[in-house]
Amino acid sequence: MTNALSPARLQVMWNRLLAVVEEQGQTLIRAAFSPIVRECGDISAGLFDAQGRMLAQAVTGTPGHINTMAEAVKHLMRRFPTAQMQQGDIYMTNDPWLASGHLNDFLLLMPAFRQGQVVGFTACTSHLVDLGGLGMGPEGSDIYDEGLLIPPCKLVSQGALNEGLMEIIRANSREPIANEGDIYALIACCEAGAGRLVETMAEFGLDDLEALGSYIIDTSRRGTLEAIAEVPNGVYHNLLRTDGYEAELELRAALTVSNKGVHVDFTGTSGCSSKGINVPLNYATAYSVFALRCIVGPDIPNNAGSLAPFTVDGPAGCILNAQRPAPVAMRHTLGQLMPDLVFGCLHQALPDLVPAEGASCMFDLPMRHAPEVLRGGGRGFAIEPVHNGGTGARPYADGLSATAYPSGVFGSQVEITEAVAPVTVWRRELRPDSGGAGTYRGGLGQRIEMSSANGAPFLVFLSVERLKYPALGRAGGAPGAPGRIRLRGAVEDLPGKCELRVGPKDHLIFETPGGGGFGPPEQRDPEAIACDLKRGLVTKAGVMRDYKGGKP
Amino acid sequence: MKLSPRLRLAIDIGGTFTDTVLVSGHDRIVGSTKTLTTHKNPALGAMEGARHVLAQADHGLSEIDGFVHGTTLATNALIEKRGARVATVTTEGFRDILEIAYERRYAQYDLSLEKPDFLVPRDRAFTIPERMSVQGQVLRPLDKGAIAPLLEQIVACGAEAVAICLLHSYANPAHEHRLRDSLLAARPGLTVSISSEVSPEAREFERLSTTVANAYIQPLMASYLERLQSLLQAEGLVCPILMMTAGGGMCTLDTATRFPIRLVESGPAGGAILAAHIAAQAGLDHVLSLDVGGTTAKLCLIDTAQPQTSRRFEIARAARFIKGSGMPVRIPVIEMIEIGAGGGSIAGVDRLGRLTVGPKSAGSEPGPAAFGLGGVAPTVTDADIELGFLRPEGFADGRIRIDTQAAHVALGEQIGAPLDLSAAEAADGVSRIVQESMASAARMHAVESGKDLGSRTLIAFGGNGPLHASRLARSAGVARILIPPNPGVGSAVGFLFAPVSFEIVRSRYARLGTLPVAQINALFAQMLGEAEVVVAQGAGDAERLTRRSAFMRYAGQGHEIEIALPDRPLTHSDLPALTEAFDAEYRNQFSRPVPGMEIEILNWSARVSTHSTPVRKCVENPKVRDHIATQSTPIICDVDGTPRQAALVKREALQPGDQIEGPALITEPQTTTLVSSDFKAQVDAMGNLVLTRHAKGGAE
Repeated sequence: MTNALSPARLQVMWNRLLAVVEEQGQTLIRAAFSPIVRECGDISAGLFDAQGRMLAQAVTGTPGHINTMAEAVKHLMRRFPTAQMQQGDIYMTNDPWLASGHLNDFLLLMPAFRQGQVVGFTACTSHLVDLGGLGMGPEGSDIYDEGLLIPPCKLVSQGALNEGLMEIIRANSREPIANEGDIYALIACCEAGAGRLVETMAEFGLDDLEALGSYIIDTSRRGTLEAIAEVPNGVYHNLLRTDGYEAELELRAALTVSNKGVHVDFTGTSGCSSKGINVPLNYATAYSVFALRCIVGPDIPNNAGSLAPFTVDGPAGCILNAQRPAPVAMRHTLGQLMPDLVFGCLHQALPDLVPAEGASCMFDLPMRHAPEVLRGGGRGFAIEPVHNGGTGARPYADGLSATAYPSGVFGSQVEITEAVAPVTVWRRELRPDSGGAGTYRGGLGQRIEMSSANGAPFLVFLSVERLKYPALGRAGGAPGAPGRIRLRGAVEDLPGKCELRVGPKDHLIFETPGGGGFGPPEQRDPEAIACDLKRGLVTKAGVMRDYKGGKP
Repeated sequence: MKLSPRLRLAIDIGGTFTDTVLVSGHDRIVGSTKTLTTHKNPALGAMEGARHVLAQADHGLSEIDGFVHGTTLATNALIEKRGARVATVTTEGFRDILEIAYERRYAQYDLSLEKPDFLVPRDRAFTIPERMSVQGQVLRPLDKGAIAPLLEQIVACGAEAVAICLLHSYANPAHEHRLRDSLLAARPGLTVSISSEVSPEAREFERLSTTVANAYIQPLMASYLERLQSLLQAEGLVCPILMMTAGGGMCTLDTATRFPIRLVESGPAGGAILAAHIAAQAGLDHVLSLDVGGTTAKLCLIDTAQPQTSRRFEIARAARFIKGSGMPVRIPVIEMIEIGAGGGSIAGVDRLGRLTVGPKSAGSEPGPAAFGLGGVAPTVTDADIELGFLRPEGFADGRIRIDTQAAHVALGEQIGAPLDLSAAEAADGVSRIVQESMASAARMHAVESGKDLGSRTLIAFGGNGPLHASRLARSAGVARILIPPNPGVGSAVGFLFAPVSFEIVRSRYARLGTLPVAQINALFAQMLGEAEVVVAQGAGDAERLTRRSAFMRYAGQGHEIEIALPDRPLTHSDLPALTEAFDAEYRNQFSRPVPGMEIEILNWSARVSTHSTPVRKCVENPKVRDHIATQSTPIICDVDGTPRQAALVKREALQPGDQIEGPALITEPQTTTLVSSDFKAQVDAMGNLVLTRHAKGGAE
């Protein structure tokens, strides 16, 4: 009675594929060398059918791999025809325009064979520590400054590693051992994924993934279209002004909701920067679709069916569709603003669901010793602590203080930062009054103060946003406090994008931005204001200024 | 009366039931019972259980010479937010360690989520001027003048307990000690927990959150333990009461009162200890233990009879079972994963037409539809009833009347109708989904631990473990299952095999290549000394075991691997062997070591314990004979979904050597074992049921 493809059986198999990609993701994270992978889960793993349709993808720490992986696999399959693939082959690229927006992200693809036929594919992506060039930072003038680009090529041929390619990768990195370890981990992840896919098919008695794939994709597409049908049709526009590097930028989006799907168009957005904050379209698409799917059908897993109704485009050469050879190393600085950009459109259609703008761009603060320290026999170090501002208030609740969105990073622990680097952190506390006022208050930013612990100077590589343009409120809510970076006692604040030298006596102060408020502040529940005051999240002066004293 | 051998009593107070076991001599169970937990005064339920089993075996409380107790009281107080009003004191400039936490949302796509509640709102979070460096040197002395105003604030906010966590106090606890002593001198009635004692590991958020959790339950647990002790002593108990800890060891009431956080999740730890004991008896090197109750399933990997351990877990997960949604606690624990799949888990159909099971549970109230206690949603238990695996007669010792029709209707209407399936097909679907989610959790856990599942033996217990074992085993690729005697009270039985032990993990950052050997030896001498004081209280002059280990990783990499150290002070000549040991274990887990990478160590562990109860090895194999079942019952086969007749056997009727082919149901008062059609069951010399899977499924 329960034949092989009853709904319950299909559901079990779908659950299994989702479990397999999560297992692959875990395997990658465990073995990773890059702190950003370990702390943020900046990886992905996916399973594809023989046509290259994505059936399951791991939910990992950063949304930058959504769609990008699916598109990259299609590209690699066009470049390397399935008919020529052999068991044990693995293909790879780190081309930012094919993989995931900058050189550090390596994408591997492996065919899975059953009874001599390619029955599907497994793909995985991970962030490698260093690919040479100028290193992680926005200072490159073109992609060639940023390090080694590997076009689509065969990394493993019938189980044999392409040693020449590995030599090239090692020779072009400051961290050759870590890179090698990460590539081995990616290979192991592909092999494990392909193996598990074939085992699973054997266990369920499947010769191919056609019927299962169609069930997953059709169910997901139908569910997604139903969710889209609940969004009023129309074209919604938004403009987001942002700090930029050498000049301020305008990011524009037009969001079209129809019965067929949701389309985002970036027409009108500023052109590229001369520095590496430009965003390839695949990456801007990933963050835009992530944001939309947080509101429209978040219960449906990512796959070809749930992603297809969402499309994104923008004029070639605008900063959200950067063309070769633009520098793109820090594409996540603006990429993380995509949710605020599309939420500004979607709010007009769904006023009760979409939050206000948040700090959004994380304060990741790569630091290392000043070059002369090593010459003097001092201690070298390199760390990348990550901290966040507040999220935007929601139409039904306050924003979250010092919390990452849209990324899923973990904030660094002070005791660990101090154990691995000669710095002392003197303060890490919420900034009172930094959450945008509103019926619902934005999340608070935080204030972090640090200095050298051993009198040796160090460098900080900044690429952060919202120092000039704060997170805006919605529906009458006030903006959150902008971020600030300065040295104690200095007259002028520091810019958000620069290479900063911190001297032996300097005391560096970071303030992360607060999230925007939602709804008119005068409609905030007086009890909520009193509670914030009691907890020191707002000051008396702040209540007088932002809430007219907080009296009903 | 015969000359009484050692007589030991174990009581495990769980959320629904209190399990009591009386063991004579080595491991002969002479009495066991399940009584309802008395939530208002759990000591009363414990006494009732004790009286019951003592009466069964005709003994008095005064004859008991070993008493082990575990309780979920501490866990429940944290989950139900019934603890003390706590204030925190942290280093000036770091008031918001709890508010900021890990700066992370636990669910990627959920815009409506709130961060977990860490029990101390910001208006009870205070600071004091002071600062230690990472090496434990004073960067800023403790401001003594600030203590009096601090105390005023603490008193003014009505705090009953204080959690102190100063930066780098694991490296130098002097400021925490001085602050605690000053607060207690001024206010002797205050309860004060300090982080350098509760959880001396680096990472300020987790250290503080552990210290807060300890302070939160301390007053409650102290009064409960005192009440229990006087009640038992009044009834004649003369031996000391030992408490089961989450780490799988026992400690005294004094230690339990100081560090009640160590008592959290001690019941499940008892189950893992039992499984480890059975693994040693049966000579099983690789085991997966499965404990399924009413609302959750708990899994533990056990290698060479040692349950896997961890130094961190989460309690009171807001969105149940989602990582990161709970309160992190950093203490040595037996590592278990818990998933929301038990008998009470509710099945449904989501808006996409997908069949879902759990994590929402009907629990014991309102319970599964078939219990007729008000539950109307179909649950896993309802599916097992519809499939014929749970027989209505004699369910739960006859305490619960089973309404098979109610299960049939709930499944048919709420699952079958929307999916166009019969009630039996719906039940089969529910069964498959739940087995897949348990198996996925097991596989994921094995992957996270760098271990393999397929070669393991599954040891299943708990009220629903034996019922689901063969289905889980099939999905997880496991071919062998063992069901111990008295599986329904497995955790309490496990308590009696635990050693008296105490483990301390402390942070001290070092590179292996340049290890400051003298400093590390001094650190170990101190940690072992502290652990010995705790163990001496409960172990008297019993022989001691000590264990030292280091948590190593490649510099810059995240995953730590525990490497055993020689049980003596280190010398420089040990370092090459330690490097080799790390590389070997790394290769074991990740297939390739990374030559040339530096190895760093942040955490060091020292454990002092008595020997575990010696293991009586299972030597002889009884002669195999087929058991001829006289009864059978209709079931829906879990392999292929077809109607079959299953043999129906009472476990008490089986003798060592008896063999039964699946499909069969083996019933006993507290649980039922399902032997699927692709398995056969055999009773071994110790009375365990051993289920083995045929090379090919039995359905063909």
